[in-house]
Amino acid sequence: MPKFQGVDYYNSDDLLSEDEILVRNTIREFVDENVIPIIEKHYREGTFPMDLIPKMAELGLFGSTLPEKYGCAGMNNVAYGLVMQELERGDSGLRSFASVQSGLVMYPIFAFGSEEQKDNWLPQLASGKAVGCFGLTEPDFGSNPGGMITRAEKVKDGYVLNGAKMWITNGTIADIAVVWAKLNGEIKGFLVEKGTKGYTAPEMTGKHSLRSSVTSELVFQDCRIPEQNILQKSGGLKSPLMCLTQARYGIAWGTIGSAMACYDTALRYAKSRIQFDKPIAAFQMTQEKLVYMLTEITKAQLLCVRLGRLKDQNKAKFTQISLAKRNNVHHALEIARMAREILGANGILDEYPVMRHSANLESVKTYEGTHEMHTLIIGEDITGIPAFV
Amino acid sequence: MRLVACVNHVPDTETKVKIGADGKSIDRAGVNFVINPYDEFAVEECLRLKEKSGGEVIAVSLGGDPHKETLRKALAMGADKAVLLKDDSPRDSFSVARALADYLKELSPDIIFFGKQSIDSDDAAVGGMVAEMLGLPSASVVVGLELAGEKNAVAEREVEGGHEKVAVSLPAVFTAQKGLNEPRYPSLKGIMGAKGKPIEEKQPTPPQNKTEVRSMQKPHAKGAGKIVGTGAGAVSELVRMLHEEAKVI
Ligand SMILES: Cc1cc2nc3c(=O)[nH]c(=O)nc-3n(C[C@H](O)[C@H](O)[C@H](O)COP(=O)(O)OP(=O)(O)OC[C@H]3O[C@@H](n4cnc5c(N)ncnc54)[C@H](O)[C@@H]3O)c2cc1C
Repeated sequence: MPKFQGVDYYNSDDLLSEDEILVRNTIREFVDENVIPIIEKHYREGTFPMDLIPKMAELGLFGSTLPEKYGCAGMNNVAYGLVMQELERGDSGLRSFASVQSGLVMYPIFAFGSEEQKDNWLPQLASGKAVGCFGLTEPDFGSNPGGMITRAEKVKDGYVLNGAKMWITNGTIADIAVVWAKLNGEIKGFLVEKGTKGYTAPEMTGKHSLRSSVTSELVFQDCRIPEQNILQKSGGLKSPLMCLTQARYGIAWGTIGSAMACYDTALRYAKSRIQFDKPIAAFQMTQEKLVYMLTEITKAQLLCVRLGRLKDQNKAKFTQISLAKRNNVHHALEIARMAREILGANGILDEYPVMRHSANLESVKTYEGTHEMHTLIIGEDITGIPAFV
Repeated sequence: MRLVACVNHVPDTETKVKIGADGKSIDRAGVNFVINPYDEFAVEECLRLKEKSGGEVIAVSLGGDPHKETLRKALAMGADKAVLLKDDSPRDSFSVARALADYLKELSPDIIFFGKQSIDSDDAAVGGMVAEMLGLPSASVVVGLELAGEKNAVAEREVEGGHEKVAVSLPAVFTAQKGLNEPRYPSLKGIMGAKGKPIEEKQPTPPQNKTEVRSMQKPHAKGAGKIVGTGAGAVSELVRMLHEEAKVI
């Protein structure tokens, strides 16, 4: 297969700095050489490519926007987004791993943790020596996490956790879990280390989507953690939502990667597949699909560069991030489905990446706030009327 | 130890090149340029030598402003300094070698590394010419290098059908072949760190070119394949054609 050359119909590369482009190209090459050749096998077998963790760490992919003193790269948000884009061009599972590690584990420790927690965990997480997970969703509380049942109780020298989390990315392979639980009715973050008595993280099976990502339950039965494992500066639902804002931003970029992989595959296939003595790219209905794909990719790129610049100026509102997550995932999924159509029967084979991206994007549309929840978030913002209940 | 990697900025191998309107050069519009792949081995080898034996790595390139992109990559991989010998004219191997040699003489490195060739014009000449101009020993198409103390090195070279080891005294010039090492990816930290490292610009004074490109042509388009026949009966005709027409057996 020829090397992926990028999709840049509006010269949006001109909006990027030299080092942002170098970051993008480096990860692009890394994904071409290390991810694409092995990912279908992992997807088929339902395994996460564990040996990519040290390689990603060496590149500095984890917590790359955090300061250098914790072993991180201190990059800006646009460069971070481009990393997510290239990882997800490989597979959403890989981007999910990096999103969780960076936005949902390192970020809350950085934002709500004590100096000791930061000094202890951030370098380990940045170097991939430790893997993290983020437990918010519960079996009965998904879109409405504020209703969570998991409880923390203050005891002498620490806390006791009881409850269960579900759908937790990286759960089974995590050395450290950021767990959200109610302490005297207020949501607080806690760090639970692998192997703590009363804590188990069985893997969930039977997924038709995100198969090369580990998804787990977290079960807490009188799980006792030491006093210093509370994220003291967290408080209320706002804290986990701040983390989700980071991860949603990464998804908005990431799904451009899936969309580009599908468009690139479909365009090349349409030019070479002959039916009725013509390449199928010669049919107006195929062209219409390809043009839709290119248009939506171009719009998503511009949306993300602008959003990234706003985020770098600390001006990005969470509602703007909702808009980009909602829009980009929706169109990436449509693009993946259309690419599948253009490839006809070949589209369902794992010889091409489109069915895998399409199946992955079904999860991406749901996690980090469903498409509908983001509609309601933006709806409330512009009308002033919350329509959640 | 002062280690210099000379790097060129060349069209990506995946690029479909078009010949420009003058018929003598390529049309650069829409062409993706990258660090010359063999020069990447050169940079990597210098970085490894530095990691083992200390010193500084300097990346040097002769060309226009776009070459800074390739120098940035070398800095992001870990080079300490970068120098652009700024020159916008079309150059042949001789004038490039002369300009580089003049600068390198001033710099007096212990080791000068090139790629074995630039994949743009494929002359495979600059490394050897620079060694000659500086009066230094050189080993080309190198797939391994060991330092022997401060003043000597043993290079492993690819030769037809095998390898040979040659000992040289330093300073010396080497040209890198694929297989010498596995170049690292620049890390994100390296890329951010490279922003703070300056690219020094110098005005070289290269001599006149000694050669001139008269014209460039694309290879002839491949003709359609020929089906000789099917079944065992076609074999003798196929053998005849391979022997008499294609003259390959
Ligand atoms: C592969 C995967 C990985 C995940 N990883 C993590 C993780 O690491 N950590 C974590 O905490 N969670 C994770 N999740 C969970 C994810 O965030 C939730 O699935 C998501 O928030 C939706 O919750 P739910 O599945 O319970 O759906 P529900 O909330 O039950 O929603 C079902 C449907 O009802 C709609 N709906 C719900 N409420 C409303 C309303 N008020 N108005 C209109 N429509 C509504 C939803 O939009 C959706 O279409 C993951 C999920 C998946 C699939």
